[in-house]
Order: sequence, then C-alpha cells, then structure tokens
Amino acid sequence: MRSALIDYTLHLADTTLILSQRNSEWCGHGPILEQDIAITNISLDLLGQARNFYQYTATLMGGEATEDSLAYLRKEREFKNLLLVEQPNGDWGQTILRQYLYSQFQYLLFNKMKDADDEQLAAIATKALKETTYHVRWSSEWVIRLGDGTDESHNRMIKAVNELWSYTGEMFVPAVYETIVDIRELKNSWEEKVNAILSEATLTVPEKTFMQSGGKEGKHTEQLGYILTELQYMQRTYPGAQW
Amino acid sequence: MKIETSSSVQEQNKVWSILETVADPEVPVLTITDLGIVRDVKINDDQVEVIITPTYTGCPAMDMIAMNIKLALIENGYNNIKITSVLSPAWTTDWMSEAGKQKLKEYGIAPPNPRQQVCNNDLFAAAEAVQCPHCNSHHTHRISEFGSTACKALYQCDDCKEPFDYFKCH
Repeated sequence: MRSALIDYTLHLADTTLILSQRNSEWCGHGPILEQDIAITNISLDLLGQARNFYQYTATLMGGEATEDSLAYLRKEREFKNLLLVEQPNGDWGQTILRQYLYSQFQYLLFNKMKDADDEQLAAIATKALKETTYHVRWSSEWVIRLGDGTDESHNRMIKAVNELWSYTGEMFVPAVYETIVDIRELKNSWEEKVNAILSEATLTVPEKTFMQSGGKEGKHTEQLGYILTELQYMQRTYPGAQW
Repeated sequence: MKIETSSSVQEQNKVWSILETVADPEVPVLTITDLGIVRDVKINDDQVEVIITPTYTGCPAMDMIAMNIKLALIENGYNNIKITSVLSPAWTTDWMSEAGKQKLKEYGIAPPNPRQQVCNNDLFAAAEAVQCPHCNSHHTHRISEFGSTACKALYQCDDCKEPFDYFKCH
C-alpha cells in the first residue's frame, strides 16, 4: 500500500512545480526589467523547492522513480497541486495576487512544517522559509501598490480577486494524506493577514463564495492539461532526452 | 592508532586546501570555502566524501559545483569521491569568510551585512544601510529585492550614482 507521506510530498512538489512553471511564462515579458527578474527568481526558488520534494518522494518510492520521472511522466489526474497555482497568469495584477495568496499560505505552512517529526520535510521547510519570506514581502507590496494605485490598476485588482478567490478555500481542507501539518489551524492567521493586506490595498474580500476543490485529489481545471503539454513536451516526444 | 588519526587529519587538510581552489561558477571571485558551502570532509578508507549545502534552494550552480569538486580532486590523484548534498542546517551568509567578503567588495559586489539587521519583515521598510562598494557611501537605495542571481539584490548609490549588486543577508 502506498503511504500517505508519498502522496503528501507529491502534493507539495506538484504545487510548487506548477506555480514555478506559471511564473516562468513571464520570463522576458515582465512589465519592467527588475520585476521580470523578480518573478523569475521566485520561479527558480519554487523550482528548487519542487526538486527537493520530488527527490524526497523518489527516495520514499524507491524503484526507478526519479525527480524527473515524477515531474515529466505523470498524467494530469496524477497531479495533486492546488487549483490556485494552475490558474492563468492573466495580467500582472492577477499573477501578483495569485503569488501573494499562495506565498502567505506557504509561509504559514512551512513555519509549522519546520518543526515536523519528519526530518527531511523539516529541513526543506526551514531552508525554503527564508526565501518564502522574500516572496511574501515582495508580493504584498505589489498588491498594495496596484490595489491602492490608479483607477485602472485598482479595477484590475478587483477583477483578479474575483477571478481567484474561489480557489483559496481548498488550501485549508485537508486531503486524506495531509496529516503532517494541520492546515485547518492556519486558516484564521491566513485570513487575518490577507484581510489586512487587501484592506490596505483598498480591496474588499468577497463574502461567502462557493469554493472550488479537487486539485489535491487530481481533479483539475482545464488549465493543467495545457501546462503539462508544454512542460512535458520534450520528454514525451523524445523519451530520455538529455542535454 | 594515534598515527592513523593524525594521518587522516593531514589527509582532510589536504582535501580542504584543494577545495579552497574551487571557484563558485556564478561569483567566480569567491571559492566554495569562502562561501561556506563546504560543510565537512570525511575520509572513509580510500574514499573522500565532501559534504556541501546549497546557498538557495533553487541554486542552479549546485550540479556544476559538485562536478568541479570532483574534477579538482581527480586532478590531485583522488579517484573514489563522493559528494553529498545536505539541507540542514540551512546555509546562512554568516558562514561567509571575512576574506570572502573583502574579495566581493573589491569585485564590485556589496558583501552581506550581519544577519540581525534584516530580520524585519515590514512592508516598504526602509532598506537596510548597504555600503556602496565603489565609493563607500552608505547613502544608497534598493532598486529590487531580486538581482542577477538568487543570492543578490539590486542597489544604487545616491552619491556616485553607480548601480551595484548586494549579496543579501540570508
């Protein structure tokens, strides 16, 4: 029988990989050079985290599993990432908001995970927390700057909140394999922080919205198939290719 | 017994002195020992084990660093080499040597400040006082939290107007 720990490390790996892939779509297209570099740096941090989680999963699985086979050769329904991270980049505002909503969650999650009994997860979280701290600060500043900016940027941020909000509920509903950190306990702190930042950005948190779910169990929005088509193209077309 | 121990220490010192010649691929003015990436050297019978840790989680230079360590050791007659990468304890700029910081500055990159100065997470907080590596002025400002590599931020000097990289405290 497959252990819950394997499914959980895959969930962590998939979420960071897919968000990294999404952010990397900005490479060479950022609004200004410094911010293009910022979003791709964040992408690189997330890819590093994904590699650490995949490498650990591969060790747990044994056999022929490697970080590459897990990232490149699994199908859409096998991916367990959060629905939030697979949502399209939209405009810069939507990308920033997606990053902020996730980074704020990741910060709280890793802060708990660094004390986990599982030594490898604790080591990965401790290391990544330093980088996540930068991500939270950078993305919060941008949410405030754009929300409390011009009419145009403010309206775009309202649209981004409406687009993304229904994908945030899933973060706090544990999957059966999610036992290392009790994520339900993070919900209040997350809401408190997000409310504070959005209100400073003169944006309103939507009230009672229907929340989407399913990502953790492999049921995704139509977006993920397109992401994987691009991400896995090389290994699917030329199996085993190296450079 | 005593003789064996001292010869093993000698062997370790020899390996360390070889590692002191391996440059970081992204900041070639620094060696991997200046950066504090090498955590330990172990001699197990005829095998040399070098334990390294990444600066940043996603540092793309780690594979190349591992390869360069192997090449340097092979050139010096070692054949049985094992490179082990560990994550814990997490790397910090406090492990960077004083010589390393001096070399960075001469190269035009502001070396990291002591760590306690950055433990503040306030938004839009005044950037920490980073000294310009060109004119030594502390009158500088941050342009971007993220720079040309994961470990650096972009700054500009308000006196000499030169932009420069700052090796962030971490």
